[in-house]
Amino acid sequence: MDTLDVKEAAAPQTEKSTTLNGSQALLEGLLVEGVTTIFGYPGGAIMPIYDALYDYHDKLEHILVRHEQGGIHAAQGYARSSGKVGVVFATSGPGATNLITGIADAMIDSTPLVCITGQVFAHLLGTDAFQETDVVNITAPVTKWNYQVTDATEIPGVLAKAFHIARTGRPGPVLIDITKNAQIQKFEYAGYEPCNHIRSYRPAPKVRKSYIEQAARLINEAKKPFVLFGQGVILGEAEKEFKAFIEKTGLPAAWTILGESAIPSDHYLNVGMLGMHGNYAPNVLTNECDVLIAVGMRFDDRVTGRLDKYAKQAKIVHLDIDPAEIDKNVQSTVPVWGDCKETLPMITALLEEKDHRQWLAKFRELEQQEIKEVIEPELNPAGDVMSMGEVIKVLNELTGGEAIIVTDVGQHQMVACRYADFKQSRSNITSGGLGTMGFGLPAAIGAKYGAPDRTVVAICGDGGLQMTIQEFGTIMQFGADVKTLILNNHFLGMVRQWQQLFNDKRYSFVNITSPDFVKVAEGYGIAGRSIDQRADLRTALKEMLDHKGAYVLEVMVGKENNVFPMVPQGCSVSEIRLK
Amino acid sequence: MKNQASIKYAPAADSSSAPHQKKEFTISVFTENQIGLLNRIAIMFSRRKINVESLNVSPTEIEGISRFTIVITEVEDVVSKLNRQIEKQVEVLKSYYNVNEDIVWQELAMYKVPTNVISEKAKVERLLREYGAQAVAIRSDYTVFETVGHREETEGLLNALAPYGLIEFVRSARVAIIKDSEGFHAKLKEFEQHEPSQEVIENEYLDKRDDVFTM
Ligand SMILES: Cc1ncc(C[n+]2csc(CCOP(=O)(O)OP(=O)(O)O)c2C)c(N)n1
Repeated sequence: MDTLDVKEAAAPQTEKSTTLNGSQALLEGLLVEGVTTIFGYPGGAIMPIYDALYDYHDKLEHILVRHEQGGIHAAQGYARSSGKVGVVFATSGPGATNLITGIADAMIDSTPLVCITGQVFAHLLGTDAFQETDVVNITAPVTKWNYQVTDATEIPGVLAKAFHIARTGRPGPVLIDITKNAQIQKFEYAGYEPCNHIRSYRPAPKVRKSYIEQAARLINEAKKPFVLFGQGVILGEAEKEFKAFIEKTGLPAAWTILGESAIPSDHYLNVGMLGMHGNYAPNVLTNECDVLIAVGMRFDDRVTGRLDKYAKQAKIVHLDIDPAEIDKNVQSTVPVWGDCKETLPMITALLEEKDHRQWLAKFRELEQQEIKEVIEPELNPAGDVMSMGEVIKVLNELTGGEAIIVTDVGQHQMVACRYADFKQSRSNITSGGLGTMGFGLPAAIGAKYGAPDRTVVAICGDGGLQMTIQEFGTIMQFGADVKTLILNNHFLGMVRQWQQLFNDKRYSFVNITSPDFVKVAEGYGIAGRSIDQRADLRTALKEMLDHKGAYVLEVMVGKENNVFPMVPQGCSVSEIRLK
Repeated sequence: MKNQASIKYAPAADSSSAPHQKKEFTISVFTENQIGLLNRIAIMFSRRKINVESLNVSPTEIEGISRFTIVITEVEDVVSKLNRQIEKQVEVLKSYYNVNEDIVWQELAMYKVPTNVISEKAKVERLLREYGAQAVAIRSDYTVFETVGHREETEGLLNALAPYGLIEFVRSARVAIIKDSEGFHAKLKEFEQHEPSQEVIENEYLDKRDDVFTM
């Protein structure tokens, strides 16, 4: 193969110094960082990097998406399922601006990404050159860090810094914008040095023992301690430490949707989901506990509802790696600033044996009420019309909770988060903080690359799927084994629910028509089926899961079903409505 | 130079006991000297719809480190949260916020006035002396004076000069130095010495928690 020669010429690891161009130096750096998969879309301003990529195709797999938004959501899905940094390439101008939604999504959900964008030649900067957009300034508010490279010699150092920043502390997206001249420029490449220190950056705060002791004392004194956990547990790879912490004294624990899967769904201390469409017991009892222990979560308003009525009776222990989160929304009594992988065992060690079974039983009591009034009718509906919940229930039975569930945004997302079972961490991938429709399908493609051995099911609404439906093309071309489960209610369901409940049923532009999804899938060479009878549900889901390769299953569900319970906007969590 | 809250910009000068009342705060940010950081910091204010009253950026005594002095009028709670968000920026080494009582601050003002008017009218000369102005450039057509002080002081000379054919006026942003404590120099030196160190600089705000909140 003729490309081999070039590759040998570009193998600087062994040599002291080699002449490389900026693009080759970039790819060499990615290899040292352990990158194997890149999602991207080429264009004029990033062509030198793509030219270099031609020679690296056996080491760096590049997935050509159909839209840059698909590329970055795929990189997010990859990062979330694998725990590694997701990498995405895009060209200047429109290519780069198409990344913005995903960058903002990754920023608010703390997803580690390195985005590489091409930029016009440095001498053209500021001249309104073809496809010139000031990407560094546009992305400043939605990146953890960004940098424009105008000289090839900067590339190894900047890339190393980018990876260090993306994955340490509270992770997040970083962006490197590389002008075309820097991509082409040759220089003496002296190797790639990973970065582990930046003078002005302190990702790992020193843990203060006094706060650990105070936290433990509060928990030891508590009669009704209650733990809330978020994605920090997963990002800190502290699942084991977290389990040990709650199990030592039997602390009931509830999750944010990004924290979901950190402990198994059926864990005896798992008391369910927090927030607007969360479970009844954890929401109500938030306003009854005496000590609230928040671990790696940031008190988002979708979780807290009205802040001035949120857990006012409780002393708050807040564990977070990001000091800016402490006291941001909820005033803490004891702030435990640090990596929870480190802080949790320190607190656990100081916990005294306590029996909280009576308190836990209170959760189970309220849960019974929710089962009766909401869960039972949702999972076993009386009429002929299928509910979203029963689809998830059957899916659980068939996957045994072992699948990665990637959701889009809307009612189906809330239903999936409420009812899907998870056995292992990094299994629930969803757009939390930004609530980005169009996230599901491309993120599922990325999740599959991040965890190739696991079953990946994208659960999408009929609306959201159509925002990034072109990514079926990516599945077709690269053979990504993603199962797409469309829960079709012929509506922009979640907005319709709000219009029904709060706008007098004035259904303003929420009625959405869809193409024949199965035919569309067929056009992309993807197998599929559509069902509207309950009798077909189990076999259709089984067919989807057993199918070798990608599959699209559309399930027609109730048109005007609502997701309950619900904490209406502007209400306190204890005002949660069961109907 | 007296050092009290400026009358014009701190209407609630005695509001230290009222945390929900807006006050003048001076935020001092020590950063790497890096392109784009000005925008990142500016965004943090504009995003919260906070008006920046005054902004000064200059190199510090340590090479490669810049100092931002930013004056805003806000409630303390917002300022303390904002301060932590600023400090979170990768290239920010440290950020502090202070009320006027905690700092010594100055602004520099320059006034361009017709030379003939000044030389002819002794009153003007007296004015300049009264305000402690210095001549920094004297030409046949105009003279440039400078004064240094708080806003109301430079404002005073400005108002006084206005009737005498003031040609041009300019005022710098605030520069400020903390009154008590050893100030920032030691901390900066520490940063420099520890490079490349893994040590954590404690968060000032959290340090004071015990005084602020009791269990
Ligand atoms: C990009 C984007 N645009 C608009 C919204 C507002 N939004 C939230 S949920 C929703 C409806 C989603 O409808 P569908 O995809 O059909 O899912 P369903 O709620 O019916 O399950 C809309 C429009 C959003 N979250 N993201």
